[in-house]
Amino acid sequence: MKKAVTTPFWRDKRIVPILLQVLFSALVLIAGYYFITNAISGLQQIGIKLGFDFLKNTAGFTISESMIDFQPTDTYGKALLVGIINTLRIAFFGIILTSIIGLFVGIAKLSNNWLLSKLATVYIEIFRNTPLLVQIFIWFFAVFLPLPKIQEAVTLGPIYLSNRGIAIPWFETHSNTVFWIVTIVLGLILAYLLAKVLMKMEMESGKRRYPFMSAIGVFAAIIIFSIIFTGSGPITIHTPAVEGRGFVGGYTLSPGYSAILIGLVIYTSTYIAEIIRAGILGVPKGQIEAAKALGLKNSTTLRLVIFPQAIRIIIPPLTSQYLNLVKNSSLAVAVGFQDIVSVGGTVMNQTGRAVESIVIMIAFYLIFSLITSGLMNLFNRKVQLVER
Amino acid sequence: MEEISFETNKEPDILLPPKTQSRALRWLRENLFSSWFNALLTIASALVAGYILFHTIQFIFTADWSVISVNFRLLMIGQFPIEEVWRIWTAFGLMTVLLGLSWGLWKGSMAHVAVSILAIMVVMLVMPFIQMNTRLILGANIVLLFLTFFVGTKLPKIKVPVLLVWLLFIPVTIFILNGFGVFEPVSSNIWGGFLLTMLIASVSIVVSFPIGLLLALGRRSTLPVVKYFCVIYIEFIRGIPLITVLFIGQLMIPLFLGNGIEISNVMRAMIGMTLFSAAYLAENIRGGLQSIPRGQYEAAQSLGLSKAHMMSFVILPQALKAVIPACVGQFISIFKDTSLVAIVGLTDLLGMGQKLVANPEFLGKQMEVFLFVGFIYFIFCFLMAHVSRRLEVTLGVGER
Repeated sequence: MKKAVTTPFWRDKRIVPILLQVLFSALVLIAGYYFITNAISGLQQIGIKLGFDFLKNTAGFTISESMIDFQPTDTYGKALLVGIINTLRIAFFGIILTSIIGLFVGIAKLSNNWLLSKLATVYIEIFRNTPLLVQIFIWFFAVFLPLPKIQEAVTLGPIYLSNRGIAIPWFETHSNTVFWIVTIVLGLILAYLLAKVLMKMEMESGKRRYPFMSAIGVFAAIIIFSIIFTGSGPITIHTPAVEGRGFVGGYTLSPGYSAILIGLVIYTSTYIAEIIRAGILGVPKGQIEAAKALGLKNSTTLRLVIFPQAIRIIIPPLTSQYLNLVKNSSLAVAVGFQDIVSVGGTVMNQTGRAVESIVIMIAFYLIFSLITSGLMNLFNRKVQLVER
Repeated sequence: MEEISFETNKEPDILLPPKTQSRALRWLRENLFSSWFNALLTIASALVAGYILFHTIQFIFTADWSVISVNFRLLMIGQFPIEEVWRIWTAFGLMTVLLGLSWGLWKGSMAHVAVSILAIMVVMLVMPFIQMNTRLILGANIVLLFLTFFVGTKLPKIKVPVLLVWLLFIPVTIFILNGFGVFEPVSSNIWGGFLLTMLIASVSIVVSFPIGLLLALGRRSTLPVVKYFCVIYIEFIRGIPLITVLFIGQLMIPLFLGNGIEISNVMRAMIGMTLFSAAYLAENIRGGLQSIPRGQYEAAQSLGLSKAHMMSFVILPQALKAVIPACVGQFISIFKDTSLVAIVGLTDLLGMGQKLVANPEFLGKQMEVFLFVGFIYFIFCFLMAHVSRRLEVTLGVGER
């Protein structure tokens, strides 16, 4: 008689995966249990209980640069909020500036002009092969701090350079600004609608209707009307001036902020330049040849054929570079600019709440990353090819 | 309809050969002055380049570099005791032997690495401030490099042993630095300068690679528990800045390990760097795994290979080959990122530079110190980037 063949359970295809997962979870749980009990007993020894109550206590330290009013009598929670706002301030201006510079360098590297393309290559190679922190140190310790005293500030046109910071002209809003914003928005909407209508007419009738020219004309007319009506520009530009031991007017960037911003912008722009170059080169040659065969102008080819296809290649890596810029802004702690990590470090030193402070920092970066990649994914889905 | 006439009787124009332009002139016309806009660009870029170049060269020749030559030893090896420097030289000699052998065995990209290291040694040899005995050792190493190169070309059979020794190189180096377990160990707290940078970088590269590989395989696993564990780990680490990981390493690792275990600052930084780079390497390797066509899996399965065999003999060899350039790119990032340990108080190359700048004796020498530090990083990153580009070509990544 034939014996019934039974598979031993350790070779059973249905049971093995479950066993493996149970084993894995057990290992992770044991390790986690070991670490956490150690941490809790260690914290108990120094008499610290975990919890976020300390955020309500008075901070007692000053923050030199803050967009919202902050006094030493405010709470730790508010100090951390100021840190978050300062990080976002670097992120916002950094992303805008680095995109512009990266775009120009990327295009310059593709240029037919040998010298320009070589210059762009040298720029990229130098700044991407040196650590960001070294670059920030050079900007901070070797460029901005040794600048002359404020009384002997170097002037570059309306810009003042001194060891107290860089003063640049800045705009100021006045009573007519709201009116201006309304008219500009209205003008843009009108111009857009007009262009659309004229374009449709041009397509239907086949006769030239000059949609773009008319749109620009309408917008310009509205601007001129507003100037006559209000008798002033939308904003007033304030140029800084030295008065005693400080700057008056304009906007003053501290040496720390300038160093971290310039360092980040230049470092990240080298990566963005390469991404843009790869994106443009990634458009198949046949597409450009087809556009030429159709008789499209160079600028039209760029606008309607190359750009929409290149942007699809560019967006995913660009997103991760933007996130890198935000994460790298944490290096501000090295030059004393009070971003979230720097404020968190101060809080940590003053309260001894290392675990909670680190949790707050990490939570901020994780949430920010999630939001940014969510938004970029949304944008990405819009430009992505709809495949059948 | 209009008649189309061909002028057949007309004498054909005699085509003169095109005016010969000298090659240089033609190149100039095509690449720099093809249109008025291009000419304008050329002039503008020439002005900018000239201005920057002039000032850089002026700075290099007028700056007082004595801060570097006086502190060269500090920048290279930190506070490592001078009577124990022979340990570093032993490890360096071992590296030279390995490098020479690999140069002879593989040539190609290895030759580029070896020649670059050789060039660095030669430049150091002729630097005026280097001590005589250092020069002798460097000279001996250069001779050794050539000797082992010839040995390597003659003995193609030792490829596998050489690879094995390369893999063991980092543990062996740390063993040597600690005095072979016989002599008094040199505490890792006084490791410093470029030596520390190199040690942190290589330890985190070597250790994070297998962890990254496991994470990548785990992320593609069919077991949901394993898969989500890996996904959460990778995305968590990639979502936070390195500096917070280093803070966790400095502050939380001692807490997690309890009272029984003491680990040094350097070790904690190495753990932090390793955990950080493993997540990034995992994503690179996952890219390689995804690039393998499904037919390969199916072919392996239809041959009756077990999962482990399929992975180790069919999938991984192809996937890893495809991601070598990307991994080298990641190694460059790790190397650059080691500079962040200066923020948590270690005296790596950058940390040592910071200490020098803070020294009142060298007041106002920030530019010289940090430019030198940046230059050292640049040489190594540039070299690695160059090798990565070469590998991309020689391995034919992206071409099938």
